[in-house]
Amino acid sequence: MTVTDDRPASVLGTRLLRREDPALLTGEAKYANDLNVPGALHLAVLRSPYAHAKILSVDVSAAAELPGVVAAYSGTDLSGLWASPMPSAWAVTPDMKNPAHYPLASTKACYVGDGVACVLATSETIARDALELIDVQYEPLPAVVDLEDALSDRVVIHDELGTNSSYTWDLKIEGTEGQVAQAFADAAYTVSERFIQQRLIPMAMEPRAIVAVPQPFGGDMTLYSSTQIPHILKVMTALTLGIPEHQMRVVAPSVGGGFGSKLDVYAEELLCVALARKHKVPVRWNEERGENAVATTHGRGQIQYVELAADASGKLTAVRIRIVADMGGYQQLITAGIPILGAFLYAGVYDIPHAYDFSCTGVYTTLTPTDAYRGAGRPEATYAIERAMDVLADTMGIDPMDLRKRNFIAKEQFPYTAFTGLVYDSGDHLKAAELAAEMADYAGIRAKQATQNVPGATKLLGIGQASYFEMCGLAPSRVLASLNYSAGGWEAATVRVLPTNKVQVVTGTAPHGQGHETAWSMIVADRLGISPDDVDVLHSDTAIAPLGLDTYGSRSLPVGGVAIAMACDKVIDKAKKIAAHQLEANEDDLDFAGGSFTVKGSPDRTMPLAAIAFEAFTAHNLPDGLEPNLEAQVTYDPPNFSWPFGTHICTVEIDTETGNVEVLQYVAVDDCGNQVNPLIVEGQVHGGVVQGMAQALYEEAVYDTDGNLKNASLAEYLVPAASDVPSITLGHTITPSPTNPLGVKGIGEAGTIGAAPAVMNAVIDALSGLGVTDMPMPASPHNVWKAIQAAQGASK
Amino acid sequence: MIPAAFEYVRAGSAAEAISLIGQHGDEAKFLAGGHSLLPLMKLRLAAPSVLVDIGRVSDLSYIRDAGDHIAIGALTRHMDVENSAVLKEHAPLLAHAASHVGDPQVRHRGTIGGSIAHADSASDLPATTLALGATYVAQGPNGTREIAATDFYHGFLQSALAADEMLTEIRVPKMQGAGWSFQKFNRRAQDWAIVGVAAWRRNGDSGVALVNMGSTPILATSVASALAGGASVSDAAQLAAAEADPQNDLNASQEYRVHLAKVLVRRALEEASK
Repeated sequence: MTVTDDRPASVLGTRLLRREDPALLTGEAKYANDLNVPGALHLAVLRSPYAHAKILSVDVSAAAELPGVVAAYSGTDLSGLWASPMPSAWAVTPDMKNPAHYPLASTKACYVGDGVACVLATSETIARDALELIDVQYEPLPAVVDLEDALSDRVVIHDELGTNSSYTWDLKIEGTEGQVAQAFADAAYTVSERFIQQRLIPMAMEPRAIVAVPQPFGGDMTLYSSTQIPHILKVMTALTLGIPEHQMRVVAPSVGGGFGSKLDVYAEELLCVALARKHKVPVRWNEERGENAVATTHGRGQIQYVELAADASGKLTAVRIRIVADMGGYQQLITAGIPILGAFLYAGVYDIPHAYDFSCTGVYTTLTPTDAYRGAGRPEATYAIERAMDVLADTMGIDPMDLRKRNFIAKEQFPYTAFTGLVYDSGDHLKAAELAAEMADYAGIRAKQATQNVPGATKLLGIGQASYFEMCGLAPSRVLASLNYSAGGWEAATVRVLPTNKVQVVTGTAPHGQGHETAWSMIVADRLGISPDDVDVLHSDTAIAPLGLDTYGSRSLPVGGVAIAMACDKVIDKAKKIAAHQLEANEDDLDFAGGSFTVKGSPDRTMPLAAIAFEAFTAHNLPDGLEPNLEAQVTYDPPNFSWPFGTHICTVEIDTETGNVEVLQYVAVDDCGNQVNPLIVEGQVHGGVVQGMAQALYEEAVYDTDGNLKNASLAEYLVPAASDVPSITLGHTITPSPTNPLGVKGIGEAGTIGAAPAVMNAVIDALSGLGVTDMPMPASPHNVWKAIQAAQGASK
Repeated sequence: MIPAAFEYVRAGSAAEAISLIGQHGDEAKFLAGGHSLLPLMKLRLAAPSVLVDIGRVSDLSYIRDAGDHIAIGALTRHMDVENSAVLKEHAPLLAHAASHVGDPQVRHRGTIGGSIAHADSASDLPATTLALGATYVAQGPNGTREIAATDFYHGFLQSALAADEMLTEIRVPKMQGAGWSFQKFNRRAQDWAIVGVAAWRRNGDSGVALVNMGSTPILATSVASALAGGASVSDAAQLAAAEADPQNDLNASQEYRVHLAKVLVRRALEEASK
């Protein structure tokens, strides 16, 4: 007997092509700089050429006289426009020191790129030419580039703070005082490492672009910006400029990537709005690439001191972490909190006792402010623990894969209450690691390595692993409260069935390349039994989608997508009432499948959603007391983070004569629970892995001792292109999250989190026979060569 | 990313181009493929007041067998150099080196003459034509002259071309079956070489030139002399940087560049000796 299921197969889990792509690929998508706004004036910002300097005087008179220039302003000229300093939403400690930061500096410039004056002109060219006519007298002060130099307070950047140290945030487990010290005293093995997380420049393909458009009469203002956070930007702009919130509307048009760098409230956004109000005309600004490199936030920038204690079998018994985090010249929106987001992950995927001691100090330097960058704190944490695990394995003389297996949290232990009190929702680290090892032929490569890496060999094989846990889906609001974050972590969704059975979904997420329109339409199609083509997804305009907390921290699907599924369920509940009424049946006797309600046991008594939608619209025959129309709204506050995980294995071959690292193979096994669209999941992992690989092998913001960025162009800041990275082999395990109805976890940052440590472990593994035990990222040919030279010099 | 204002004139022939340059004086520049000049202008590192566009001087785009050498019109695009059957047969080193210039977009716009006239020591084709013993033909108001590649490169972005002269042809001796190698060491495929080596070897003769090992492309004459004197490849390669004067930059220290030159020259000669 054959059992057939004639229900339509769900679209969920299929490789539906992205509906966003035709407009993007044909160049028809409209970015902020493409918007045609008649009469707009162009803003240009004069930026400090000094990392640290007193501003003695600013003379804009010659610029103001240039034909086509409408106005030119110093920071002092505009000081009356700000109701408050630029927002910083994360005071991680009650005594955190945070200097007042305004859109233009008026007394002191604190990094190369800090805005000190601006011009409004009738064209962008005139505005930029006029900048050259502004005369600023500076008194240069010593730059503070090195983090430990910053900590020493040799030069204090913000006089009013009296120190460069902004805060020290500790994570200690109550009731376990002394346990960490005891564990280190009793340890059979200890590891103590110092790692550098170099500064990275996010380099979104689209630099920032802004248009502020005053609306006729009454003071309403529309701000178009290349941003990840239209909702947060709306509130923050209103507060900073003293505009009633209901008069601010923010629209994010097509946005060409963000990676966290557009999760911010920027000086230029505030300047455009303030000057558009002042001059009563639209004001626009478009960022140049070189400007983007200095005036848009950077990522990473940490020194990490990592200590592990282990017993004789290699079981971890304690973890102790000290971080110095580079905040740059000022705090931007969530600068201080970025390292804190990693604080919970320095024990990685390992089952450790309650012996954990974490402390992070945030310091100011005279460099571009740092803030969120893909992974935001978690890649740094994962790098530290995964590199340290390899060091521990090396110390013990065992295979690093074996050491990890001895320490993994076991599948049976989930949901797992960690030492921090956080609950890891689900996981199977051993399964992911074993699948990755099989796909990478881990044993085969180890065997090949034994014959290839012989003394005198100039091509050395290395294999490296990283097993990660990622804490994403930001976030349960109460947890955010405990971290002193100034907002919640919920997400809103509205599902509206139109009279013709087409569906509008309104989401508070703000896609900038992720494919939300496709993915959200699939969730709705699955829930309501309709085609994804019949679902329109409305987003990124606070007038259309007024409620939302936007897109970052791999939150959109596990929070925003779940909210949509729940709103669909509410729509179905309401539709069921109408169906029961019209079919003269009890609600409990109705089944909903394939877009129709059917009376159980009476397959001919059926009513499709299309008919119900029309009934709800006409309201001619609804149950007593039921409101017309078929629409539901849900605001979902997740009960937990989502915890994707996986194992990445990288194989490299190093040319010891040149220092060149060739990635021979990259295997990524990621588990993000149920997958809505595997095509999009794969795209996220590909991009994420390349971005992590870029940190390991290519990218670094290089400064001279005067605080000048030496590689502000794409010719010098080495973002790898498709031809520079290997084909990536993907595998997946699927361990649904038990904490949300879709069983999903985030995937936007996982690739980045796994990649940098996997690549660096492979590099060090290849070079271990030469006596190389660590080296700074990126493992550029020059750095590899120097590490080999140093190790060989040391061994002579 | 907005260049300073400039005038633009288009030349229909080499003679017209030279006449236009003569009219506008020192502040005028030829615009061929634009892949070296325009980035400099957008960064405002160059601000010519007049651009004389020679991009449509189609009679300077050719690759011809001229008996003992191959004649290449200065406006021949890199992609055409790369794919030329004539060059693949008689000067395969040059065709191969052209395939390493920039990325496909650059190779479809950029020209061999533009690259050589720009005289950037970090570019691939100046050193490659130098290794091959090329002769360049320049046309000026008073007619044409030949300039040996060895006499052409005077300093950083400085060449023997007078302000009113235009490079019109590159003459590359036939390689006559010589073994050859092009070693380009860089971090990303699209980048300039950190160090590059163009080399050929035939019987006792050889030619080795270095990319990005000084302010000009460098002819490694000590290497060729050592080989002619019977030195082994690895011994000769130790002399790779004898004529070089490399810079420190973000990708490499002077010391590392010298080391790379030795390794890459050795590898190039090994490959050319096969």
